[in-house]
Amino acid sequence: MSHALTLITFIPVAAMVIILSLPPALKDGAKWISAVAAGLQLLIALWIFHHFDTTTTAAQFVDKFAWMPTYHISYFMGVDGISVSMVLLTALICFISVFASFGINRAEKAYYALLMMLDAGMMGVFVSLDFFLFYIFWEVMLLPMYFLIGVWGGPRREYAAIKFFLYTLLGSVLILLAMLGLYFYGAQNTFDMTVLAANASHYTIGFQRVVWIALFIGFAIKIPAFPFHTWLPDAHVEAPTAISVILAGVLLKMGTYGILRVNFAILPAATHELAWLFLGVIGTINIVYGAMCAMAQTDYKKLIAYSSISHMGYVMLGIASFTAAGIDGAVLQMFNHGTITAMLFILVGVIYDRAHHREIAGFGGLAQQMPIYAGMTGFAFFAGMGLPGLSAFISEVLVLIGAWQTYPLMTVFAAATAILTAGYLLWTYQRIYLGPFNEKYKGFADLSFREGFTLVPLAIIVLILGVYPHAILGLLDTSLAHLNQVVLSTPASAIALLH
Amino acid sequence: MDHPVSISIVRYIVVLPLIGAAINFLAGAWLQKTFGKRIISVLGCGVVALAFLLAVREFFAMLALAPDSRFMLDSLWPWIHYGGLDIDIAFWLDPLSMVMTLVVTGVGGLIHIYSTGYMHEDESYWRFFGWLNLFTFAMLVLVLGDNLWLMFVGWEGVGLCSFALIGFWYKVYPNTTAGNKAFIVNRIGDLAFVIALYSLFAALGAVGHPTLVTREVAKYAPMLAGMPGYLGMTMVTFVTLMMFAGATGKSAQIPLYVWLPDAMAGPTPVSALIHAATMVTAGVYMVARMNFMFVMAPATMTVVAVVGGLTALFAATIGIAQNDIKKVLAYSTVSQLGYMFAGLGVGAFTAGVFHLMTHAFFKACLFLGAGSVIHSMGGEQDMRKMGGLRHHMPITFATFLAATLAISGVPPFAGFMSKDEIIWQAFAHGHTVVWGMLMVGAGITVFYMFRQVYMTFFGDFRGTHEQEHHLHESPPSIAYVLVVLGLLSVFGGLVKIPDFIATFKPFETFLEPVFSSPLTRQVVESGIHSRGTEAALGFVTFTMVVLGWLVADLMYRQKTIDPERFSAAFGGVPYNWVLNKYFVDEFYDFTVVRPYLAMTRALAWFDLHVIDGVVNLVATVTVLVAWLSGLFDSYVVDGLVNAASLVTLDVGGRLRKLQTGSINGYLYGILAAVMVILLVRAMLRV
Repeated sequence: MSHALTLITFIPVAAMVIILSLPPALKDGAKWISAVAAGLQLLIALWIFHHFDTTTTAAQFVDKFAWMPTYHISYFMGVDGISVSMVLLTALICFISVFASFGINRAEKAYYALLMMLDAGMMGVFVSLDFFLFYIFWEVMLLPMYFLIGVWGGPRREYAAIKFFLYTLLGSVLILLAMLGLYFYGAQNTFDMTVLAANASHYTIGFQRVVWIALFIGFAIKIPAFPFHTWLPDAHVEAPTAISVILAGVLLKMGTYGILRVNFAILPAATHELAWLFLGVIGTINIVYGAMCAMAQTDYKKLIAYSSISHMGYVMLGIASFTAAGIDGAVLQMFNHGTITAMLFILVGVIYDRAHHREIAGFGGLAQQMPIYAGMTGFAFFAGMGLPGLSAFISEVLVLIGAWQTYPLMTVFAAATAILTAGYLLWTYQRIYLGPFNEKYKGFADLSFREGFTLVPLAIIVLILGVYPHAILGLLDTSLAHLNQVVLSTPASAIALLH
Repeated sequence: MDHPVSISIVRYIVVLPLIGAAINFLAGAWLQKTFGKRIISVLGCGVVALAFLLAVREFFAMLALAPDSRFMLDSLWPWIHYGGLDIDIAFWLDPLSMVMTLVVTGVGGLIHIYSTGYMHEDESYWRFFGWLNLFTFAMLVLVLGDNLWLMFVGWEGVGLCSFALIGFWYKVYPNTTAGNKAFIVNRIGDLAFVIALYSLFAALGAVGHPTLVTREVAKYAPMLAGMPGYLGMTMVTFVTLMMFAGATGKSAQIPLYVWLPDAMAGPTPVSALIHAATMVTAGVYMVARMNFMFVMAPATMTVVAVVGGLTALFAATIGIAQNDIKKVLAYSTVSQLGYMFAGLGVGAFTAGVFHLMTHAFFKACLFLGAGSVIHSMGGEQDMRKMGGLRHHMPITFATFLAATLAISGVPPFAGFMSKDEIIWQAFAHGHTVVWGMLMVGAGITVFYMFRQVYMTFFGDFRGTHEQEHHLHESPPSIAYVLVVLGLLSVFGGLVKIPDFIATFKPFETFLEPVFSSPLTRQVVESGIHSRGTEAALGFVTFTMVVLGWLVADLMYRQKTIDPERFSAAFGGVPYNWVLNKYFVDEFYDFTVVRPYLAMTRALAWFDLHVIDGVVNLVATVTVLVAWLSGLFDSYVVDGLVNAASLVTLDVGGRLRKLQTGSINGYLYGILAAVMVILLVRAMLRV
């Protein structure tokens, strides 16, 4: 299949055009057109997964032609070990979230059209190897997200949407400036990320530091890293279920992906120097702080949002460790967090659809009324706790085993958070699902077939990756080892490790 | 290890219970509704029974091998081969894991059978067996995993099953709290355990052999001797200390024992299976497994011995004052686990593992006997409302008594063989203080156990008439299991007899290859070897046992001494402290739990009002600035523009009047202007 990456990115665009041109009488077709598009996309992603060459660090499935030659801008798509798992994750999560959207019953055409646009934007970010193209897709995502939260969201949707939009736009501006800086001050004027990476030594360390920090803030907002994280709980609380699933499942990964793709590859010297502070320390703060804030939440969805912040901290800590274990674990954690958090947000949505509130204290004993739902939630919660045998265990262990070799003290804090995580998740589970049954919820139906259909595939993946993580790790290892080596072999002027 | 390794079929032992669990969880509710509980019983018990039979088969296969090649490896598939880790999903059967496998599937299997009677009325019968099966699976992974991460999979897996089974009757809120407590306290220990693994892996990497495959670790661990570690300790001391800290969580030692008594909220078979016979022995197993490293760290060994001795004594004293039939046994379990650790800590590894096995027999028997009593009493657990039950429940009574004699260390019952050995070895290896604690503990053990026997089975019945009418011997599924465990409590210790009585110790010979590193041998064989001393000290211990029994007999059977006199001593303060378990739970609640919860609330407030406050402030300021600049724009910038236009208009309006249309007027004007210009130039030229 040639042009696989172009196809996987633009199939949703085609779907969007078809949806928009549907006559009003056929507006129910929107969801099915989206489902078919996302399904095709998933098939292509699986095809890429199957044909991916794990032995090379070079870009694969390349689509490249000059686009605006005057400005050295090309249409350049390709995947390597850093991005291939994210392509798979994006296709998977988008497919799931189309089905998680079936409850939407207001302006469906617009909703699914925006969803498809969002899908294309995300996919584009992960497959672009031209910085300019990357930036365009990065911006393309913003708009549909703004409307999806702002129109189909909860009571404070406008506040949350604007907060999300402006915050992310601030990050985008910094990324734009950094991109232009790299373009104008580079060895040659180019947006080609592989060329930029190859000429990394051209930039002076002072320049690297400034650009690195600008990029970091831009990406950190997306992760979101402390203290740029407060847009996330608001966005999650107001967003409809499927949008939360995409937000937590895919969007957050773009931050850490950007750091690997741009900061690590193009600015290795600054990375070597600054990572311990900006990724190590802040990542550790994310882990501990997110878990502690989660403990105190009274809103089910907000709690899961904070747990998301906590779990993304492991990704940052892992990539900061400069060890093969840490960086492999970090990217695997990106994938695992995507699947597990998607489950958690779907599960929150299930009860919100029925009870129309999310106050943890207002529930009780739901396991008696909805045993399958309670069992599935238990599974997802234990996956979130990193229970051995499930996927997140592998990634957290790799992150921590790697981080221990570089930052033992931070690792102790990060590892200790496993206790806190167990604390807030078990306590939440107890208050919502166990104990005496709150009669108010009598008559609530258990998981529907559609809800089960969105959850079971994710659960199976979580289970398989717990015992056979090679399925994903095999894709990453070569590229990440190379990337790590590039950073490590670049001497930093002053490296201060917390020993 | 250079020994030849036989490939075996260990995987089926592990996988069978998993299949049982999977079927129960996925289809159990449907099966139970369609075909009745019997099919669940057959499935649940069948998989474990089959696993046990396979284990027996492997046991004989192992005996056929030469002693120093009794190792069997069954490797399934590669697990994590990244970041320097090279570990597989692989199972490793050696004499130590063989013993554990037999205990887990054997005693565990009996408890499954018992549960078919005990849980028969429960509507979630399938769920119970699902968790029991999953627990057996997790325990087998723990025991048989060939690397430390796989061991950890089982380690946390049993924690999960424990959580689910303690809170099995989840409609009662406190039960679920007990489950949470068990899981979270265990996780505290787990933190120490994973830190041990991280640092061990890093240290072995530093000497060029990064590995966490247990047999490889054994091979390269001697290279770590003398390596500096963390917090001023050597690496080996740090790693072993962290491992032991992990064991205090799982095996309920000071300071992390607090979850175990609460765990009695679960159904009684769970208490027997998890909180007596198997899961809690995981820490003991792990220390025995890693013996080659512990002997390299004498400081850690001392810590293990002292913590074990202290726990043995401390928990025994709490056992004195409990009135709940299961709580007594819970503290007794904590205490007996202390004995096992004391044995390991002084270097008597075989004795520690031996006590693990005999304890599994008699403690399972005691718990299941207690369950039989509770069943007969209609759910009543308070011993003050029992009495005289031996007339109604002869089988339960006889087996309970046999197990009591075993735990008391009366020769020749199973507990005597193992416990006496530990106490003696503590003395022989020079740990006199630990020896003293263990000996006093032995006396107290006898006291609280016979107090329990007398309160429950002797005297007059103190419950309600209705309860008395209901009293009955338990059904066969329960009674037969009790008989088997009772027999094991009596004869199960005959595989290793103290040296001063006879030289017969196949158990020790069997385990020898596991404790065969040169340093382990040296530690094991150090100390006093005197049969005379051993016999004399055995007699001292026995005196303590008799004393303990005598006091219990006088107080609770003959009633010639009033226990109230003791509880009222010193104003009742000591009794009150013991009754309230030394207020340790309250202490933890006050120093850890509440401050933590307060802190999380403070942080959440900080997040909402300070960090997000700054974000919103920035937004507000931006809006304000925008508004001000809007004002500026409308009134100043635009004002200037407007002003300019106004002025232009005005001036234009005025100037318009000059445009009269008269040519003469214009010409005069031009002339005047030219004159003025010329005049000015003339003046400037001056």
